[in-house]
Amino acid sequence: MGGLREGSERFARLCGQGAVVALTLLPLAWLGLSALRGTLGANPVETLEHTTGNWTLRLLLASLAVTPVRRALGWSWLAPYRRTLGLAAFGYCTVHLLSYALVDLWGAWDTLVEDVLERPYVSAGLTGFVLLLPLAITSTRGWQRRLGRSWVRLHRLVYAAGIAGCLHFLWLVKADLREPLVHTGILAALLGARLLPRLRRALRV
Amino acid sequence: MLIRTNFLGELPERDATDPTLYLRRRELIRTAAVAAGLLLLPGCGRAEGDGTARPADSPDGFSTDEPQTPFEDAASYNNFYELGTDKGDPAENAGALVTRPWSVSIEGEVAKPGNVSLEQLLAATPLVERIYRLRCVEAWSMVIPWRGLPLREVLARFEPTSRAKYVAFRTLHDPARMPGQRRPVLDWPYREGLRIDEAMHPLTLLATGMYGRDLPGQNGAPLRLVVPWKYGFKSIKSIVSIRLQETQPQTSWNLAAPNEYGFYSNVNPEVDHPRWSQKRERRIGDFRRRRTLPFNGYAEQVAQLYAGMDLRANF
Repeated sequence: MGGLREGSERFARLCGQGAVVALTLLPLAWLGLSALRGTLGANPVETLEHTTGNWTLRLLLASLAVTPVRRALGWSWLAPYRRTLGLAAFGYCTVHLLSYALVDLWGAWDTLVEDVLERPYVSAGLTGFVLLLPLAITSTRGWQRRLGRSWVRLHRLVYAAGIAGCLHFLWLVKADLREPLVHTGILAALLGARLLPRLRRALRV
Repeated sequence: MLIRTNFLGELPERDATDPTLYLRRRELIRTAAVAAGLLLLPGCGRAEGDGTARPADSPDGFSTDEPQTPFEDAASYNNFYELGTDKGDPAENAGALVTRPWSVSIEGEVAKPGNVSLEQLLAATPLVERIYRLRCVEAWSMVIPWRGLPLREVLARFEPTSRAKYVAFRTLHDPARMPGQRRPVLDWPYREGLRIDEAMHPLTLLATGMYGRDLPGQNGAPLRLVVPWKYGFKSIKSIVSIRLQETQPQTSWNLAAPNEYGFYSNVNPEVDHPRWSQKRERRIGDFRRRRTLPFNGYAEQVAQLYAGMDLRANF
């Protein structure tokens, strides 16, 4: 009896994971289809860069929202999706970086070096990627077990990556700051949701 | 079309062609050039894209013979913040920009100031067609066939005085017709300016059309500046005021971010924008970037305007 329930739970979890993975792949599928149909607009490389960049931040924020939402609403079933969303964000970040370095700047390597060294928004973006890299590598259960407490500490880097991502967006925009500010605001709220209870606890003690 | 028929008699033969014929001719030329390098219409047609970047092929020696950007791209990928900050917004919101009637005031240091209707302005000066490269400060570029009036001929009619050292341009300020102006993205109305010798240069155009038809709203209808050796934002759109003055005018992007956008804003591969290199550009439609030419390839015609100036300081 118990085995049957466990099995069906595992099945539900698998379906849920499949659905979330499929959902996060939708923007990429849209990009691929549009590229094939030639409907990426007048500047396809820019569309590729902007779309993958936007989804990196959105998915990163979504992964950060999992824990506060789970706690606030008691939805414990949300927990496994944090890693899925985080890895999806890393995936988009990788495609974003490659589309900039390999597609956009193909052959213009002097510009690539100059960009990384001299342009704060590029440096910030690259920093974000570098911060996400160890988190993606240590996302497996094996690494989680091996690292123990340090794993939790290490994965707090995700907030630093989020801040780097928001700075990257803010510094990139010429005049209309609405979009990057919305992202930054959400990140600040999520960071606050994490810090406030700690702060309150600390004050009570 | 009101503007064209009113004064057809005053147009030179080449501008009196019906736009549809004209477009079809272009298409034929392009197809022929691409397919086999066939020469259609001897004397009129010319093969495209021979790889050189010399802007000297048309009868008046100003137009480039490089392949033109498709009209759909030039009319759907626009920076015109008055109609929205996303590249696609201007085309979407262009319906709000009603351009009839339209008048332009010519003020300041001129002997004959006045408020003229677009029709009057157009009737007084013969239209020319110029195929120019357009280089955006964001490192993309296009090749666009413009139709318009040489600015020098327009200004001459109002008789600038000896104190006219600069020309200040202003865009319409009307949030009802320009929905982007409802938010303070820039200090509205959009303002731009040129030094008088830049304004009087034969390359400088007041455009009223492109690709043989009237300017679409998103491209700055009904009257915009085209200064092909400067970054695109210098070429102010939907002009309602032209003021000649003794002092250097304030310009919108220079006010918004003086370290990023100078008054001159000549295309210069040596002077980077703080956020992107200006060494290369992506021609819309191309996959790879190409090297950017000083003064956008018009150095031969305009470099002497800046003789002795430090173009790093005066970027």
